[in-house]
Amino acid sequence: MNFLLSAIKRELLLVFRRRNDIINPLAFFLMVAVLFPLGVSPDPTFLSEVAPGVIWVAALLACLLSVDGIFRSDYEDGSLEQMLVSSESLLALVLAKVLTHWLVSGFCLAIISPLVAMMFFLPEQGYFALIVSLLIGTPTLSLMGAIGAALTVALRKGGVLISLLVLPLYIPVLIFGAGTVQAGAMGLAIQGYLALLAAILVLSLMLAPFAISAALKISVRS
Amino acid sequence: MTLEVKNLFCERDERILFSNFSLHINTAEVVQVIGQNGSGKTTLLRILCGLSDAYTGDIFWQGKYLDGESDERYHAVLYVEHLSGVKGTLTAEENLHWMMQLDKSLNKCSIMDALQQVGLYGFEDVPCHSLSAGQQRRVGLARLYLSSAPLWILDEPFTALDKKGVGEKEALIANHVHEGGSVILTTHHDLMVPGKTVRPINLDEVAVI
Repeated sequence: MNFLLSAIKRELLLVFRRRNDIINPLAFFLMVAVLFPLGVSPDPTFLSEVAPGVIWVAALLACLLSVDGIFRSDYEDGSLEQMLVSSESLLALVLAKVLTHWLVSGFCLAIISPLVAMMFFLPEQGYFALIVSLLIGTPTLSLMGAIGAALTVALRKGGVLISLLVLPLYIPVLIFGAGTVQAGAMGLAIQGYLALLAAILVLSLMLAPFAISAALKISVRS
Repeated sequence: MTLEVKNLFCERDERILFSNFSLHINTAEVVQVIGQNGSGKTTLLRILCGLSDAYTGDIFWQGKYLDGESDERYHAVLYVEHLSGVKGTLTAEENLHWMMQLDKSLNKCSIMDALQQVGLYGFEDVPCHSLSAGQQRRVGLARLYLSSAPLWILDEPFTALDKKGVGEKEALIANHVHEGGSVILTTHHDLMVPGKTVRPINLDEVAVI
């Protein structure tokens, strides 16, 4: 437990020293939100109709964009090898890394999502659904993305491969996430969708750390 | 402390690096692995410390067969490689602090003492990317002063170090061996460990072409 806390502290310190990592996914998210109405149609009824899907797709791609870097710098400077020969738990380390990734991607996206929702004329009753679905859905994206990042960390150009590996796993989250917002915007009950998102999160929280640790070992040791 | 390798076979890019290779490291011994570039020195060290699965053969730690799972080596080995695991965005002190969290055997002295020993006193608050290559190397090597692990596995520990630094590290290795520890290292430098003979292992001789 102590080790988990100090690992989280280190990860946050590293992110704080490289603020680009925080700004990149957020800027991407905002740019999609700004450009989409310009490219398609600024009509409020049309925008409010497509808002749930577009916002969720933008959030998903923003997460995917930053997931590649979770283990990259630790691999390149040899820190990852030190972590693998350490007697401390690799699972705790992996959890700390994923949690930090979520804090700088998914969590921040959820915080600024009302701003984007406003630009898309999302009905006000959908705001709560949007924030909660992002808060519950994006940790899953970080966990699953980290599996892809761990598998491809030793490859020089792993970026494309990550998308191929991870996107199929992201699709259920996208469907239920966008579904939550759609239902919320129409004033329908969202508990069912949230329960499904939460179930996916619990499942990936239980299984992904093991998969990530195993994938890291395969990447480094072979 | 004993580490033994038997019948090691390792092949990389369709080239056999070791075949039927055996090695025994005893208590209080310095083993220097020599060989030309690409002869498998780093690969051998990575296999010894458990960072490579790309081999067949048996490894015994304290006489006990290691099956790959519950690995007791990790508590007792200090591994320092060319990429010293030093983060450029962290300061020397923060880097060492994290290394101490990862490796509980880094407990011999305080971080400040270790930094003073490697000649980085006064640089502890500087982000490592603004230090010189040799100074960054020293941050990684400060682990040697902190470590109470019985086996040190060092991959090219002297690159980018000045003559004085190399001398200090040799004295440190001598001290470690004097206290009953063992060292296996690769270096192209003519190693002089005061008061101790270095056992060389030439990988060019074991290679099968």
